[in-house]
Amino acid sequence: MSDNFLDGKPVPIEVIEESLYEVRRKIYPRSVTGLFARWRFILVFGTQLLFYGLPWLSWNERQAVLFDLVQRKFYIFGLVLWPQDVIYLTLLLILSALALFLFTAVAGRLFCGYACPQTVYTEIFMWIERKVEGDRFARIRLDGEEWPWGIKKWRLKLTKHFLWLLIAFWTGFTFIGYFTPIETLGLSLLHLSLGPWQTFWLCFYSFATWGNAGFMREQVCKYMCPYARFQSVMVDKDTFLVTYDKVRGEPRGSRSKSVDHTSLGLGDCVDCSICVQVCPTGIDIRDGLQYMCIGCGACIDACDQVMEKVSYPKGLIRYTTERAIEEKKSNQSAIRHILRPRVLIYTTFITILSSAFLFSLVTRNPLRVDVMRDRGALAREVEGVRIENIYRIQIMNSSEHLMRVRVQAKGLDDLKILNSQGKEIEEIEVAPASNQLMPIKVSTTIGQNDSGNYPIYFDVTAQEIVGDKEVIRTRDEKSTFIIPR
Amino acid sequence: MSDFLSAGWSTYIALVTLVGIFWCIWLLFSQLKVKVKLKPDGEVADTGHVWDDDLRELNNPLPRWWMWMFLISCIFALVYLVLYPGLGSYPGVLGYSTDGALMNSMTTANDELKPVYAKYVKMDIEQVAADPKAREMGQRLFLNSCAQCHGSDAGGGKGFPNLTDGDWLYGGSPENIKASITYGRAGVMPPFPQLDSNQIVDVANYVRSLSGLPVDSQKTARGAAVFQANCIACHGPDGKGNIAIGAPNLTDKTWLYGASEVTIIETVTKGRMAMMPAQDKVLSPEKIQLLTAYVWSLSNNKQLATK
Repeated sequence: MSDNFLDGKPVPIEVIEESLYEVRRKIYPRSVTGLFARWRFILVFGTQLLFYGLPWLSWNERQAVLFDLVQRKFYIFGLVLWPQDVIYLTLLLILSALALFLFTAVAGRLFCGYACPQTVYTEIFMWIERKVEGDRFARIRLDGEEWPWGIKKWRLKLTKHFLWLLIAFWTGFTFIGYFTPIETLGLSLLHLSLGPWQTFWLCFYSFATWGNAGFMREQVCKYMCPYARFQSVMVDKDTFLVTYDKVRGEPRGSRSKSVDHTSLGLGDCVDCSICVQVCPTGIDIRDGLQYMCIGCGACIDACDQVMEKVSYPKGLIRYTTERAIEEKKSNQSAIRHILRPRVLIYTTFITILSSAFLFSLVTRNPLRVDVMRDRGALAREVEGVRIENIYRIQIMNSSEHLMRVRVQAKGLDDLKILNSQGKEIEEIEVAPASNQLMPIKVSTTIGQNDSGNYPIYFDVTAQEIVGDKEVIRTRDEKSTFIIPR
Repeated sequence: MSDFLSAGWSTYIALVTLVGIFWCIWLLFSQLKVKVKLKPDGEVADTGHVWDDDLRELNNPLPRWWMWMFLISCIFALVYLVLYPGLGSYPGVLGYSTDGALMNSMTTANDELKPVYAKYVKMDIEQVAADPKAREMGQRLFLNSCAQCHGSDAGGGKGFPNLTDGDWLYGGSPENIKASITYGRAGVMPPFPQLDSNQIVDVANYVRSLSGLPVDSQKTARGAAVFQANCIACHGPDGKGNIAIGAPNLTDKTWLYGASEVTIIETVTKGRMAMMPAQDKVLSPEKIQLLTAYVWSLSNNKQLATK
């Protein structure tokens, strides 16, 4: 650092000690109404209706959405997924990641501001806080030193925490309702007969909701969330962001409404600080783009109202791009930059992957077959005329209907399949959403082929009984037949 | 119990661990404060650290709970190291070991399964075998513990007996089967170095004749004498074997190692060693009960069907 100069003379630099840690300053966001607040309300309502409501729907006399970890079966409406279907989860996660890339490239941290559970629950908790304790100034006063702990303060605080805990508890309950049937869960809750793990997760999830939405709030986004950090990498000059129009706003300052502010050399910002008061992460958007900004748009709503009051044009704080501000262009011209290569690439990937995802889900074959050759014994002679190999065949029926299954072996002449008792295999019945393992003997005549390994195929045909209809499902499973020397 | 040759290593590791933890705590407290320069107007400047010409380090303090978490982690580590093994070869106050945890969960699992098995333990093997549910459980046990040698269909293979054909080296009664599973069997056919190669060819022909296989009559006649002199101690004068010592019956058409003349010559020349491993250390008595019933049922299907 170069020396500091004051009035042309070097001034000795004073050094002080500062703590590397600070006690969190509580943020009291002021309530806000407007376009973006309405959008957030719709999204909070929508996502929570989905989250709280989904476990209560039923389908085929079972819970419509249930992830049964014990049985390892995952029910999503008409679909029963098995651990073998983990590829769908992988695809879903890849799709979600790509969607996050796309949204962030187009309009910044949309997810953070509108759909992230941290934002959503904080929003719900703040709504309760506002209803119980009042808006920003009432809350600041209530927490202030001049307000001693009396009956009223206790009553307000207890009411708030009671309501918070109620919601937190219901959230935890709903969460485990996705993993154990929620109706029996409700009953065992009433009888106080929850299992140890259910109790643990109920308490843990409730506690996490209460703690994160009630106390941690913006600190989760600022210090804990990894997405918040890497999303800033995806922002570029053409990304729409919550931006304060410095060119138009500066120099800021209060003024009388009757005076023409341009003659005073002032910008459009009246320095009312309402944009700071409404910010849930407690930042000043006028300092430029910051990593703490979750892109919720509360400051836009607030500023627009002020601009309306002082009859200046709206949009001093608005969604716009860095390029538009720099080149003083309108949002219309900025929108033209949305279709840039990275956005098109993300969109193409999402389109291809989601079509593949849907296609494979729709055409998914609920019949699965695994053939495992016995490893211990290679082959054996039967009565000196046939050569026999042993396999275990596992037939999995992941549909919710009965399947009648027939098995054939192909690939060598005169292949014969017998069950382990040495009898012909008739139709095998596989119950809905279950699997059947059976050892089978496959044999061919001695001397027809030279010794060696031959590929053979198990042709499995199943009739899936859907009501009074029959759907034919087939699988071809490859294995090896060994003819010893 | 140390995995190291010298006890010094254990001390060394314990020391590195402890010094590491205390160093972390010291680091935390020594870095609580940072010196920052004050601008002439009283405003706080940066920390004075500059990289790449213009990248200046500011002081953006972390929340205090972050520091407490760090401290709590250090304390947790110390408490953990007192309770659990981790400091060199120190076993920890709780005496936990992964081995012990496995044993515990095995015991718990076995206790949980007891009521499932309880009903079958009291029954006769024949009764158990008649129960489809028990046979299903038996089959699963068989596929896990026996199929590696005997095959998934219990049909055996060269050197491994077929369990479905009703022919038993050590007897096919439920008690015999149970004894074979529980204590294992060692089937030994000694080699016969005292016989010359002609004698061995002769006796091989004789053995083949016992089960009606095509043979050379001259050799067979000579072989009968060799058989009477060398083999009857185990296989009996009529070649019907002896289940007490697992000597195979040579008059039936079941062959453990093969019926060809070449194979029999090899068997007599070199002898055979077969081993059924004992399962009493591996499987609980309840499981052996179910397995016995399953194995017995394999060759008594007809009997079960009439029941």
